[in-house]
Amino acid sequence: MSHETRRDGETGTTDEDRPGTFGRYGGQYVPEALMPAVQELEDAYERYVLEKEDGFVDEFRRRLRDFGGRPTPLQRADRLSDRLDREVYLKREDLLHGGAHKLNNALGQVLLAKYMGKERIVAETGAGQHGTATAMAAAHLDMPCEVYMGTRDIQRQRPNVFRMRLNGSEVNPVSAGRGTLKEAINETMRDWATNVQDTHYVIGSVVGPHPFPEMVRTFQSVISEEARGQIREQAGRLPDSVVACAGGGSNTMGTFHEFVGDEAVDLFAVEAGGSSLAVDEETGVAPNSASLSTGTEGVLHGARTKLLQDSDGNVVESHSVSSGLDYAGVGPELAHLVDTERVTPVNVDDDEALEAFHLLSQEEGIIPALESAHAIAFARANPEQLGELTVINVSGRGDKDLESVIEETEQRELENAPSMDIFERAAGDTEGGI
Amino acid sequence: MSLAEAFDEPAFVPYLCVGDPSVERTREYVQALVRGGADVLELGLPFSEPIAEGPTIQGSVVRALEAGTTPEQYFEFVDSLDVDVPVVCMTYYNLLYQYGDSDGPGSFVERAAEVGISGFVIPDLPAEEAGPLRTACDDHGLDLVFIVAPTTEGERLERMAGLSSGYLYVQARLGVTGAKADVSDQTEASLAKVSQYDIPKAVGFGVSSGDQARHIVEAGADGVIVGSALVDIVADHGDPEGDDVPERLESKARELSEGVAAGAENMAKPEGQ
Repeated sequence: MSHETRRDGETGTTDEDRPGTFGRYGGQYVPEALMPAVQELEDAYERYVLEKEDGFVDEFRRRLRDFGGRPTPLQRADRLSDRLDREVYLKREDLLHGGAHKLNNALGQVLLAKYMGKERIVAETGAGQHGTATAMAAAHLDMPCEVYMGTRDIQRQRPNVFRMRLNGSEVNPVSAGRGTLKEAINETMRDWATNVQDTHYVIGSVVGPHPFPEMVRTFQSVISEEARGQIREQAGRLPDSVVACAGGGSNTMGTFHEFVGDEAVDLFAVEAGGSSLAVDEETGVAPNSASLSTGTEGVLHGARTKLLQDSDGNVVESHSVSSGLDYAGVGPELAHLVDTERVTPVNVDDDEALEAFHLLSQEEGIIPALESAHAIAFARANPEQLGELTVINVSGRGDKDLESVIEETEQRELENAPSMDIFERAAGDTEGGI
Repeated sequence: MSLAEAFDEPAFVPYLCVGDPSVERTREYVQALVRGGADVLELGLPFSEPIAEGPTIQGSVVRALEAGTTPEQYFEFVDSLDVDVPVVCMTYYNLLYQYGDSDGPGSFVERAAEVGISGFVIPDLPAEEAGPLRTACDDHGLDLVFIVAPTTEGERLERMAGLSSGYLYVQARLGVTGAKADVSDQTEASLAKVSQYDIPKAVGFGVSSGDQARHIVEAGADGVIVGSALVDIVADHGDPEGDDVPERLESKARELSEGVAAGAENMAKPEGQ
């Protein structure tokens, strides 16, 4: 049997001008079964979000305000400003409904799915913040929702599992690998490939195939849109620097986006340094999640980006005390902004993040998410890099992290942790009283 | 033998992941499949994020990675394989991208050509991203097989049929790989959709019995691809000295290849048309 090979010379190139690419990064590396869905989403994103057809953008803004509680405040952190001897402002995304920035994106995508006529939502979640935000948005907009979550994360984030169930979502445990975000994404992609005709996959970060990185960034950009206006109003000028933590990069891109064109504003993406920056080739584990600082170029979850991998190209397991940062890849646009030196990647280790968690709790009365504590920790350790006026994004609140913070604090020598022996003392008194 | 020649008669195309549970046992298994009538071998190179695979093949990939299987071991294995059927390498794009010093898939393809691999199936590489690999395959005379999904239509189908060489992998149902008892209703529609293209069409995803294989060939397929039903047998492996995995693989392969042959025979009869 013979076959003639006809080849269209214009197809199949990854050139830097193609939509959906950021320099050398981005693209659409997904199974063929998903390509029509990805393209359908691309069309819907252009029509409803970019061209503002059918009132989508107005409805999205209205729901963010009435249901989500936007705008969130920009607050001067008085004691942190004194301590660091400069003006420190906190963008309070922890005050958004659900307790994290994640709702900006989840609400946008679930609403978009409705406009597209989809009947079912699936999502992955790591820390559980994206899962809970999606579950809330799905309940709010009356869409059935299933969330995939690694078994290890389910153990680490029990309160969020309860919240998703309370909002009526199914939670599907994923036990492959180390049972964290990476495996949950794989499993959600498989669900999507099976049910692609009526299902929308609400991806939780600026990762995945085009149009997800750009679309999620667009939904999250409300953070920097507000913050940029607020700082000019409150401080009378643009900041010298903006600081955000970076895992997949959704709060990072949301916090940076409107400042990217302000060349005098330094942008710091704070990654999880974990316990060490080295990759253990033998065990295939990187005890960190610092893909911007230490990763190499490759293809993961639909995009070309920087990722933690071994020399063969197998993706290694990442680590962070903060499960929301615990991911081996990072959004392609953020990787590009690092390559072009617009964004400076930095990192802090688990201990520094935990100390910053206690610091903000004690001195500002804000219990931050462990993710956000990384941004605070960088500012605390490197005030001279911040300039005179800085904005730090508090991406979420720390209620979800209490159990792991108490457990981790007990195992470490932290300079500023409160004693938790109250339970032992109370237990002792109770026993004594019997 | 070239891939095109292997499809002169309807072909049975089994899949196994190399290195599950060890490279040496894969050698026994592959020989058993060839004895059972394999016409083409799809040999998986394990990657840590197999997003197109169902639980059966995921399990196989995990076992192969735990056994330490690397791309270089895979190439050495194929190089030393003494079988007279073409080998197609099935893996994910990042492994091609990372191999060697070059930027892109060139070094991987060069090494594959050196060890006698005939072509590639890369499930996470749609036509839109395939330019560099297509060029590298052309440079080294290798085939690049694209997967046509139930959702592939219109202009994209046209483009993929044009880019694909060796054969078209026709995905019989939506979802991930995995053995199913029935023949998907989608199969005939999918084959009709690609019938106009002058390239062999092999159907995969969910095929597990000789009967299904016969039906698929009767529906007009030039080949039948079977993975999970074989990997299920491999997953049962025990003591290398004592288990009967090679015998069971050979007998399953025979059932499937006989199903393909029976389908071909029925197609050849006038009333079978």
